[in-house]
Amino acid sequence: MEQPLLRVEALRKEFPVSRGAIFGADKRVVKAVDDVSFSLGSGEVLGVVGESGSGKSTLGRLVLGLIEPTSGRVWFEGEETTALKGSRLRALRLQMQIVFQDPFGSLNPRMPIGKSIGYSLQVNGILSGRTLQDKVADLLEQVGLSRSHATRLPHQLSGGQRQRVGIARAISVNPKLIVADEPIASLDLSAQAQVLNLFKELQQQLGMSYIFVTHDLSVAAFMSDRIAVMYGGKILEMAGRRQLLENPQHPYTQALLSAAVLGSWQGQVEEIVLEGDPPSPISPPPGCKFHPRCPLAGPLCQVSEPELKEVEDRHVAACHVVHGVSVDQAAVPAG
Amino acid sequence: MIDERPLLEVDNLQTYFNTRNGTVKAANGVSFSLGKGEIMGLVGESGSGKSVTAFSIMRLVKPPGQIVGGRVLLNGDDLLLKNDDEMRSIRGRSISMIFQDPANFLDPLFTAGQAITEAMQIHQDVGRAEARQAAIQLLGQLKVPTPETVVDAYPFQLSGGMCQRVLIATAMASMPALLIADEATSALDVTVQASILRTLQELRDQSDTTVLITTHNMQVVRKVCSRTMVMYSGQIMESGPTKEVLDNPLHPYTAGLLSCVPTLDRLGQALSSIPGEPPIPGSVEKGCVFYSRCPIRKPVCADEQPPLEEIAPGRMSACPYLQETNGTASATR
Repeated sequence: MEQPLLRVEALRKEFPVSRGAIFGADKRVVKAVDDVSFSLGSGEVLGVVGESGSGKSTLGRLVLGLIEPTSGRVWFEGEETTALKGSRLRALRLQMQIVFQDPFGSLNPRMPIGKSIGYSLQVNGILSGRTLQDKVADLLEQVGLSRSHATRLPHQLSGGQRQRVGIARAISVNPKLIVADEPIASLDLSAQAQVLNLFKELQQQLGMSYIFVTHDLSVAAFMSDRIAVMYGGKILEMAGRRQLLENPQHPYTQALLSAAVLGSWQGQVEEIVLEGDPPSPISPPPGCKFHPRCPLAGPLCQVSEPELKEVEDRHVAACHVVHGVSVDQAAVPAG
Repeated sequence: MIDERPLLEVDNLQTYFNTRNGTVKAANGVSFSLGKGEIMGLVGESGSGKSVTAFSIMRLVKPPGQIVGGRVLLNGDDLLLKNDDEMRSIRGRSISMIFQDPANFLDPLFTAGQAITEAMQIHQDVGRAEARQAAIQLLGQLKVPTPETVVDAYPFQLSGGMCQRVLIATAMASMPALLIADEATSALDVTVQASILRTLQELRDQSDTTVLITTHNMQVVRKVCSRTMVMYSGQIMESGPTKEVLDNPLHPYTAGLLSCVPTLDRLGQALSSIPGEPPIPGSVEKGCVFYSRCPIRKPVCADEQPPLEEIAPGRMSACPYLQETNGTASATR
């Protein structure tokens, strides 16, 4: 079998909650990412969908090594990145780039955007002088800006233009993987469409892999080959785009789908309105994280957390009901 | 049912912001009416003037913004002629507003119960214990799971969705005839958003409250609004029954906006987008405000802004041309 570009195994990240820290009284942790495993092929786009607090952004940062996992391992092109340090890690990071949600916060306000875009190339000693300037001009045009934008400062650009700068900076070092963390969430509708189209074109031209983190299932569906649905730090369901949209198994995915539906699909999907809020990461419910809001939950779901298991080829879901287990009693039936 | 006479009539509303760089005509001749019990959507991108319109109805526009013309009739009574004291009492009794960021609009030092009962105690003659009971009842009505606990909680102890419910309860405490929801669900998670929208719908069904929802989100209007208006650069471009506006837009801006949104039935197709960026409201001196970005513009559009007119029964549009070219327009969608 072909080696995947990226493999993530049993990744966990816990953040300590330091309340009353002087006396060290509180040792509780937030499980932002809780036992997540997946792999990503070369040129593949994985959409990671979830609501706030689902752990989707933390997952992106863990993959890039921007934060250290509590446990679990990440391989990039067969090399274990979680074990790397120093210059090896820095070299590898050039292969993996990130585009942030807020293009204003992620650009130095006093640095002309041409310099921001060329910065990685410069500090890593890849290009300099005239060739660097030419490359920056090419990159600007590649993302739909003009050469003359190079001397502008971030505040002189619109939100959509700033996000293009963020994208140009990410692709400047020819990465194999880009993690896009809610890259269109702060843009207006028409700018959103332009930036989404740009992401898609660049992916097709350059053959990069994306991990596309978004709260919007229809955006994920537009961008991705495969979609992972996260909730409470876990992947609840993961499948190819078509499979997930046409045959969603997990009740949470079904609710997300019913909230995202627009256009001719409306009327074909039953509207599901969930009660309550996403779980508090500090005190998540026992058993299945979704059970307090789940229309199908039974006593078993309150005590036993379902595993992510295959429901059809390359389609996994974590739900007792979907797996055909009776949830009427608080113990797994024998046999 | 919808009454004969509209509850709210906005007539040629003009709200301008005088800035160093000239006058921004944030609401530039906005007219519409709202029937009793109706849920109306006002859709637009940022800077389109939808929030300014909402704030103008509440008379909450802050300097340098100024309402310079028009009428806002609530049950036939012009709000723009009221003095501050009269307006304060109208805000407490007849119109209420909820906002995008509920945590910011709730006083952190007040419990949910205090926030809800404050308005009640000022505007209605009720005692403290009575008001507290009313608050608990109201929270229960809004599907808050344990209203007895939530009533004593401070905003930081509540989730975003719960804060928004408390804010809605605060707004509903005085049983207003009109509730304005300004991007009220935009900061919330999609599943929570869906349940808040359902709550607004139930409120309307139970107490016949008229609701005006401003949003940039097409899913929101599709879900709850019976009628929808589309705003661009300070003007209303199109209005009509929501389903018709979204399925068969009569204005090229509406059509463009809709084609920007990825939908599940058009996967694999590139999104079409509107080229360029919206003009600063008021900066277009002559012709249609959408002219520079319009895919079907005609030479005449550079000189004249077509008026917002009834083009089909119940359907208003500030462009008579999309319908003529509709065969091609719907093919590109």
